[in-house]
Amino acid sequence: MMLRIALFMLALATPLRAEINIQQVTSPGGIKAWLVEDHGIPFTSLAIDFKGGTSLDAKGKRGAVNLMTALIEEGSGKLDSQGFAAARDALAADFKFSSDQDAVSVSAKFLTENRDQAMALLHDALVNPIFDQASVDRVREQVLSGLRSDAKDPSTIAANLERARTFGDHPYGSDGSGTIESVTALTRDDIIAAAKESMALDRITVGAAGDITAEQLGALLDTLFAGLPATGAPQPGRVVPMIKGGITVQSFPGPQSTVMFGQGGINFDDPDYYAASILNEIIGGGRFTARLMTEVREKRGLTYGIGTSLANFNHSEVLLGQFKASNDKVAEAIKVIREQWALIAQKGVSQQELDDAKTYSTGAYPLRFDGNSRIASILVGMQTLGLPADYPKTRNARIEAVTLDDIKRVAARLIQPKDLHFVVVGQPTGVVDE
Amino acid sequence: MLRTLGRKVFGAIALSLFAMPALADQVSHFTLDNGMEVVVIEDHRAPVVTQMVWYKIGRADEAPGHSGIAHFFEHLMFKGTKEVGPNEFSAIVEKQGGDDNAFTTEDYTAFFQRVAADRLDLMMKLEADRMVNLNMSEEDVKTEREVILEERGQRVDSDPGSLLQEQMGAAQFLNHPYGIPVIGWRQEIAALTRDDANAFYKAYYAPNNAILVVAGDVEPAKVLAMAKEHYGPLPPSDKIKPRVRPQEPPQLAERRLVLRDERVAQPYVARSYLAPERNSGDQKEAAALTVLAELLGGSGTTSVLTRALQFDSHVAVYSSAYYTDVSVDPDSFGLVVVPADGVSLADAEAAMDKVIDQFLKDGPKPEDFARIKTQIRASEIYSRDSAGGLARTYGAALATGLTVQDVQDWPTVLQSVTPEDVMAAAHKVLNRNNAVTGWLATPEAAQ
Repeated sequence: MMLRIALFMLALATPLRAEINIQQVTSPGGIKAWLVEDHGIPFTSLAIDFKGGTSLDAKGKRGAVNLMTALIEEGSGKLDSQGFAAARDALAADFKFSSDQDAVSVSAKFLTENRDQAMALLHDALVNPIFDQASVDRVREQVLSGLRSDAKDPSTIAANLERARTFGDHPYGSDGSGTIESVTALTRDDIIAAAKESMALDRITVGAAGDITAEQLGALLDTLFAGLPATGAPQPGRVVPMIKGGITVQSFPGPQSTVMFGQGGINFDDPDYYAASILNEIIGGGRFTARLMTEVREKRGLTYGIGTSLANFNHSEVLLGQFKASNDKVAEAIKVIREQWALIAQKGVSQQELDDAKTYSTGAYPLRFDGNSRIASILVGMQTLGLPADYPKTRNARIEAVTLDDIKRVAARLIQPKDLHFVVVGQPTGVVDE
Repeated sequence: MLRTLGRKVFGAIALSLFAMPALADQVSHFTLDNGMEVVVIEDHRAPVVTQMVWYKIGRADEAPGHSGIAHFFEHLMFKGTKEVGPNEFSAIVEKQGGDDNAFTTEDYTAFFQRVAADRLDLMMKLEADRMVNLNMSEEDVKTEREVILEERGQRVDSDPGSLLQEQMGAAQFLNHPYGIPVIGWRQEIAALTRDDANAFYKAYYAPNNAILVVAGDVEPAKVLAMAKEHYGPLPPSDKIKPRVRPQEPPQLAERRLVLRDERVAQPYVARSYLAPERNSGDQKEAAALTVLAELLGGSGTTSVLTRALQFDSHVAVYSSAYYTDVSVDPDSFGLVVVPADGVSLADAEAAMDKVIDQFLKDGPKPEDFARIKTQIRASEIYSRDSAGGLARTYGAALATGLTVQDVQDWPTVLQSVTPEDVMAAAHKVLNRNNAVTGWLATPEAAQ
């Protein structure tokens, strides 16, 4: 009894606001960054995005940016691979380089006691990578090994099929890691060109968090990026998803099928975006109580997990979902999802579902900002979306403002049962191409 | 995201090699009158708290024939009490903006919620409620069993690498229950009943078999008062016994196996040696093994295996070493080598053994040793960035027989490891007659 009363009271409590203080820093040389200062632990996390990523691969050079990213730490300036790693480890600094369809990303962590040395090393990696032939060949073999594994990984097979069907010839339509053929053909010159085209001053976004002041960060930025090219390759254009409803089955051995499903999404700048994000939370967000988790897992035991997300890329947007299920359960799971799609498009959701999703979303938001590394990465994400620096203070009010009518309107517009397409990789019973 | 299963994954273990404590003054430790231990870790940087309740019951404590019940029961803990309906637990946490989940390993089962710091009282109320008042329906048990069979299908049966790991575990442990996978054998999972679950619950879920860890923006005195209110009244069980499990006999012969599967794209060699774990007040040998794993395979560039197999020769595209330091009983020290295109598994394994033999003769290079000591020191600083991570470090340690003091001594013990300590541990453990070697192979690769 006591429990339910306690719950009732908490439900009425004011949702938390994220009390996070974002400083907008501009370096003496004009490089902009966002900073959350916290001197509690003597280290700094830095997140850097170079916009474009693998979508900037030159024609016929698919996989060049990906391979280049994997090679950045393989020696720079006067240091070879071994020398670079030894220098980095002696400073106990941590650098990670990655790339996806929208960015080449760098995340760095370094101690206050040797910050300048760590940044000098990172500067060398970004501006003077050596890309020696031996490293190119060695790391290329690692990438090829990964591609051979991908060819037999049902999740990657499904993602590649879905990508190709949705985006066709646009760079989003193929795997940024490239193919066995394209990666095998890449030369050292291709890697050098990929670095110049993808890591330039005109496409930098920076977030920093931890034991550093705005002034120190400003000086650091100028040193870190000194010598990068001013401009790089042009960004690709927008692409409209070409998803048509139906089912595509790709045979693959094993007891389970991997299923991806999707349809067109909604632009972040759309006035209904917040309503759509709440709707997605209700359908298949990260909660155990989301509609599809309830219907497919909890009520019927058809899967271990199912989820959906609004995937907003730089140049397009889709609504995507995925699950795995035993081959004999796939048909029923697809049927349940289609029924839910039709139901939601027609009727929207209940007031209770909306209220629960709102309290979850507004309650969860401030919890994101714990830890320097998480904060630095969030700061980059916010800038990429074009959000204002005071967004954490206003975001929950935007969620609160979403009404059941908003959800109903956006559901009717966004949720398109006739466009929902399933890619099934496995040996499903009673599921055929349609 | 989902109720998950802790298991030995090559990469994941490598990440936790230097799991470090918080600063001692951030940590408070209490024991309630009913035997429940309480650890509080303060981190006031964000208004967030993580509550974890760890039960000292894992896969290796299950009765024969009931493999997987610890993990199955972890799922059933979400199926409601008299006060809270089926699946309502997660719904309540989610309504508060929190996330909740649970995981099971060989040695423990843990439940956690991450919420705004002012919601801790409610979280404790809910967690205390389901420690003693669980009330699941026959129908919910049946459906959840299907979910778990799907989980097994997804994590193990669909992944040849996981199948190899399962087979290697079974070969490693002739007598100790670590040889049975955490998720259980399929036919035994399928036979688990509601009665089995209730018996298991009554035997093992009690405050004197549990550890509460609270980490985040909290005051220790207030946490203790709250814990006394919610967990304090729960009766201790008189059925909790010391965890004495059948131990391994001396291994007399090398064990080898080959798993061939058409779904394998990238074959590899895995070697797993039986190795001692950290023990309370006696962590020196485990510290030496931790440093050894880091020296042999901790870095993708400078470690001994990588240098020899990927730089000085081109035998491999990837190599690594891992060590399980936190467990109740001796567990494993492992090596993995993924051969380069065109290199056979036999040649890759021979090259790996040659590197190990040479290392046993030469010992570590002084500069490698110094570098690892620097990284250990830095890990102490970086680890403080995640209160949730610290909660896991303490919970796992206390649930496997270590103490708060052991956790706080660990960095010093690691720093005090000498090259001689490393070599003594290496000579003891890196012995093929103490190991299982597994090949993950394609069907056609008859070598």
